[in-house]
Amino acid sequence: MKRKYRSLAAQEARLAFWMLLPALLIVASIILFPVIANFWISFKSIGLGDLRPPVAVIRERVTAFPEQPGEELAVSYQVRNSSRERQLTDVIITADIPEGLTPVEPAGMWEFENRQMTAGFAQWEGGRSETFEVRFLADEAFFQADVPERSPTSAEVISSSKNALIHSPFTLENFRTVLRARNFHRSLINSFVYPFMGALLSIILGIMAALMLNKRFFGQGFLRGLYLFPYVSPIIAATFVWVFFLDPFSGTVNALLVDTGILAEPVSFLSVRMTELSLFGMSIPFPLALSMVIFFDAWRYFPFAFLFILSRLQAIPEQLYESAEVDGAGFFRKFWSIPLPQITTVLGTLFLLRFMWTFNKFDDVFLLTGGAAGTKTLPIEVYDNAFGRGNIGAGSASAVLLFLMLGVFMLIYFRLLREVDNE
Amino acid sequence: MNKRTITPQGLAASAVLGIFYTILTVFIWYLTVSLLSPHNALPSLMHMIPSGLLLGAAVGYLRHTYRGNTRGKALSAAAGAVMGLAWLLLSGFRPLGTETVTFGGILGSLLAFPAAALFSRNSLRDVTLWNFEKGHAELLAMRILKSFGIFIFTLAVVFPFFFMLSSSLKPRAEYLMDPANLSVNLMQPAADLFRGYTDVLIRFNFFQFILNSAFVSMATVIITLIPAILGAYAVTRLHFPGRNVMSRIILLIYMFPAIVLVIPLYSVFTQLGLRDTRHGLLLVYAAMTIPVALYTLRSYFMTLHQDLEDAGLIDGLSRFGVILRITIPLSTPAIASIGLFVFMIAWNEFLFAYMFLDTPSIFTLARGMVMLDDQEVPRQYLMAGAVIITVPIMVLFVKFQKLLVGGLTAGGVKE
Repeated sequence: MKRKYRSLAAQEARLAFWMLLPALLIVASIILFPVIANFWISFKSIGLGDLRPPVAVIRERVTAFPEQPGEELAVSYQVRNSSRERQLTDVIITADIPEGLTPVEPAGMWEFENRQMTAGFAQWEGGRSETFEVRFLADEAFFQADVPERSPTSAEVISSSKNALIHSPFTLENFRTVLRARNFHRSLINSFVYPFMGALLSIILGIMAALMLNKRFFGQGFLRGLYLFPYVSPIIAATFVWVFFLDPFSGTVNALLVDTGILAEPVSFLSVRMTELSLFGMSIPFPLALSMVIFFDAWRYFPFAFLFILSRLQAIPEQLYESAEVDGAGFFRKFWSIPLPQITTVLGTLFLLRFMWTFNKFDDVFLLTGGAAGTKTLPIEVYDNAFGRGNIGAGSASAVLLFLMLGVFMLIYFRLLREVDNE
Repeated sequence: MNKRTITPQGLAASAVLGIFYTILTVFIWYLTVSLLSPHNALPSLMHMIPSGLLLGAAVGYLRHTYRGNTRGKALSAAAGAVMGLAWLLLSGFRPLGTETVTFGGILGSLLAFPAAALFSRNSLRDVTLWNFEKGHAELLAMRILKSFGIFIFTLAVVFPFFFMLSSSLKPRAEYLMDPANLSVNLMQPAADLFRGYTDVLIRFNFFQFILNSAFVSMATVIITLIPAILGAYAVTRLHFPGRNVMSRIILLIYMFPAIVLVIPLYSVFTQLGLRDTRHGLLLVYAAMTIPVALYTLRSYFMTLHQDLEDAGLIDGLSRFGVILRITIPLSTPAIASIGLFVFMIAWNEFLFAYMFLDTPSIFTLARGMVMLDDQEVPRQYLMAGAVIITVPIMVLFVKFQKLLVGGLTAGGVKE
């Protein structure tokens, strides 16, 4: 009986394995493997060009063409490595010998068999280029067959090369490149300021929107749906719109601000790194472009916080408010003692979640400013290194740094989640 | 009648209310006129404040005198109309300070002040003006804040989309002449009005991109849902070692950033020849959405009663028969909402479409927009493209809002 039970359990486990397999396979190959590969590549010196494997290239040229039987056909073969640095292995040249041709003084490197000639090289250095000439004696048959004049022997070459991703030597150079870059500390600071402020603002706006739409009134449902628009709209459409309406020459926002006298002249909001704000007679430096990116994020992601907080608020029974009303509590007193305690745990996890997502965010900054004007963050650094400068290794090294920092945040997040669950 | 008289505090509170609501409605009026016509001129605060003060006091008085009957409401609106007329007469029918007499000026004036009066009156509900307390002042302050808040939020949310729509219908010469004017000349022939759309759809091949985006998004939904349903079923219904760890790991993977995956996937997909292909792209999309889908489905399956499934098993259905005939039909709402989410994520996705696709015939809409941007086409075209990529998502969202909002708060959505 025990045996039978155990085999049933084993059967169930096997079934579970097969049912999970498709999901695991896809996730393992497209998410887990790349993360590990990222660590690997960060220790390799690899450029964008190295992804395309080097190949041997052959060029066949006729240097002498026979006019009549008994004359010679001379063909030269230029073989070169498409890469200047990387070695090729097993380079094999093959060429057909058309009817009516006989090789003159067969050279040592060629082997002739069944009207085919081949030559092989175990290794072929990067940048090496060599020319071989072969001469053939033509007879009657050659002139009867219609041999093309351009490449009479249709020569081909095959080669193989080691995959740079796997075989290039390990190095710490990438991390050195990333950490020593002139403005790396700036990106690092931005990488914290941008998600921190973005998350904070989006949550504050979310709380405000949720408090405004908490009580039922005419148009409440409509506004709730409307306020989610920024969040569901495609990022590329949203960013293009912001870029255009903030434009100094054709943007509506600038035009309105100038018309109402708030601005003396149009401001290029997304391309000015620093501006002076005068406040109570003091002028304080203000990072304009970075702030605009933060405002964009607050605008785009406040609906996320709004929805979460609203659903929490609506779970609070109406009687609580009514009894507070009877006690004569004012608005702030009520807010402080009724909904705020209910949403503090949500706010904590919401902040961390938003912080982490914004920390990883590439699209928003890239599409708004491209990382210019003091808005560069770590994800932009990853892209710039890998694809802007073509240094895949350095890009991976930046990604590794990003991932490690994210790991710390995730640890905090999951600890917090567990505490919330325990409550 | 009632002997109680309105106190000075009550009157002052109404006046303050009047000032704020007048500023609000006059500002809405100004904004509407300046966005929808070539005129831009903001009336001075020096005119708004005394008008609002008078209007508010009048509304407070009327509200107090006619409390308990509806005549007060009509009289308040009338007081607003009188104030509007006064503005018209005093400004020579040019209340916004425009050069000529404008339709927007006259109509706006006659609408803004009655609206301010009604808003003020509405805010005075539950407030006893003969016995005005500190708590009332706080209540009124909150109501004013709420009105301004709703106005600002709505403006901030609607303006970008309005700007997008309007810009897609305006040629370069028009918007450069007056960037603040977002009105669209609807009198022109349709072919001119929709020039941006026809050019983008046909000349820039967006028609093809719509089909590509639709194909990629729908295929992603299918490749995500099948493994996710199977996996979620296994995690909730079957016992196997490591079951709990599995759910944790799923949640963890859900947090992995796309930017960390981009370099290795780019490198490996390039070498495998998968990079510039549609199936390569949708494989990546599916991998990014499977963890969320699995996690959300798992939560849903846990709320389903197992009795029906057990009955199915006893009646001789196989496991797959149970999933197909019982579990899936029972969880249609959850599956539909996840499917919609996945569709939206795939439709909106930018990074991988941008990095992977080089061949224009397989571009998705997001990738097509970048191509448009590269070609230095006028803003009209880009905004037409933006409308084309946004509208399907908005239609889906509005149509299935209930379904989506529930799912959004349940599992959150990966961006």
